[in-house]
Amino acid sequence: MTAAIRFDDLTLGYDRHPAVHHLDGEVEAGTLLAICGPNGAGKSTLLKGIVGALAPLSGAISLSRVKPRDIAYLPQAADIDRSFPIDVFDVVGMGLWKRIGLFGGFSARDEEKIHDAIAAVGLRGFKRRPIATLSGGQLQRMLFARLLIQDAAVILLDEPFTAIDSKTTSDLLDLVARWRAEKRTVLAVLHDLDLVRRHFPQTLLLARQTIAQGRTEAVLTPENLLKAKAMIESFDRQAHACERAA
Amino acid sequence: MFSELLISPFVEFAFMRRALVGATALALAGSPLGVFLILRRMSLTGDAMAHAILPGAAIGYLFAGLSLGPMTIGGLAAGLIVAVGSGVVARATILREDASLAAFYLISLALGVTLVSIRGSNIDLLHVLFGSVLALDDATLILLAAIASVTMAGLALLYRPLVMETVDPGFLASVSRASGPTQIAFLTLVVLNLVGGFQALGTLLAVGMMMLPAASARLISRDMTAMIAIAAALGWLAGYVGLVISFHASLPSGPVIILTAGALYLLALIFGPAGGLLRGLKPRSHLEA
Repeated sequence: MTAAIRFDDLTLGYDRHPAVHHLDGEVEAGTLLAICGPNGAGKSTLLKGIVGALAPLSGAISLSRVKPRDIAYLPQAADIDRSFPIDVFDVVGMGLWKRIGLFGGFSARDEEKIHDAIAAVGLRGFKRRPIATLSGGQLQRMLFARLLIQDAAVILLDEPFTAIDSKTTSDLLDLVARWRAEKRTVLAVLHDLDLVRRHFPQTLLLARQTIAQGRTEAVLTPENLLKAKAMIESFDRQAHACERAA
Repeated sequence: MFSELLISPFVEFAFMRRALVGATALALAGSPLGVFLILRRMSLTGDAMAHAILPGAAIGYLFAGLSLGPMTIGGLAAGLIVAVGSGVVARATILREDASLAAFYLISLALGVTLVSIRGSNIDLLHVLFGSVLALDDATLILLAAIASVTMAGLALLYRPLVMETVDPGFLASVSRASGPTQIAFLTLVVLNLVGGFQALGTLLAVGMMMLPAASARLISRDMTAMIAIAAALGWLAGYVGLVISFHASLPSGPVIILTAGALYLLALIFGPAGGLLRGLKPRSHLEA
């Protein structure tokens, strides 16, 4: 197994306030990894760092055999303008950008792929629906269809099942399982620990730095979870300065 | 009778024909840009940019008087400085785009009024602000046509990233670096059209030609492509009808064109099938097979 993503003494933050602090570690290619931790643990920040939306304050993220453009990213609250007059087909088609770019047209095969992706997320018949008419769950299904089309080696999901019902969640988890079977690397920030235990073999427990990483059942122990919680609370009390650097 | 009313002004008078050609060029290019401005929630940006153009045009005017070339180049330069400047400020500082644009255009407008007042009378200023669609010479017409062509080609080029940048900016940023250049190129097209428009209609009314047909189209259709076509058609109609009315009623043509566009907008506001007032009054049953 090779590392797809490595973190070396990585610190990410906002306005010099660290959210991810001196993180070391790696994610092997083909891993289905859940990222868990309390609020403010730096989970979303870590994904933003990997996708390149946030430059490290120090340390580095290195990608091996993966180019930044091979990473697909579904942010926590996708900032989609739902009043824009565009239909499901066209939004899912955006996933082809990497290949067709500015001018390329959709070939018959592309159209078929978009079709299949829409069917795969259970939105058959919604192809020409304006996105303004979709429910929250349907919107998330549509965004998963776009991820399917992106055909990315690394897929980052930030709380993809928040405010999504159990039927939709289980349908979308089937897609995640399919990505795993296709040897894609999937990193998902999740809060539902039961769901993680059932569907994610590997877990990274984060509290600004790694509390534990490895097999899910070995990571999500009561002691580790308590440690993560205590870590965040003590960090928050003395957030003004970095102890380790001193 | 009808032909006398609707056609003969254009047959008889060359200045009317020129005005119609100019208005057509403005409508074809400006209205589609307006559609994007509205969908991007930048409806007031056109207005701000129109003010921003003034000092450049004024500097051109100071050097060369009321002549096309220097005023166009000046206006273009000022507009681009403000467009790019406010874009850069929005990206590099805590200020959002609307705040930084407001700051830039206010400085620009004050500078423009000061410069115009250094030389020239109020009549000259009125010309800059309200244009003279009935006095379009060949050079101005060619400029308008060229701007319309560049705009159409440019919009075709920008269409996909612009739509993506509007619907889901986060996604476009995650797959390409096109967002910044797309935004700047789009604003450049807006500036180009305003500079063209102020030759014909004046800075203030050029914005009306851009926004009113677009706002009407938004009320009439839910489809992006249809919206663009409808906006261009309404813009042209406003230009034509406005010219006819101003000819027969001896009213100033620029404002009448915009008033016509305004009247079309009011109609769309009431009857528009995609969100007009009447539509909201009567609840419609859901779709049934």
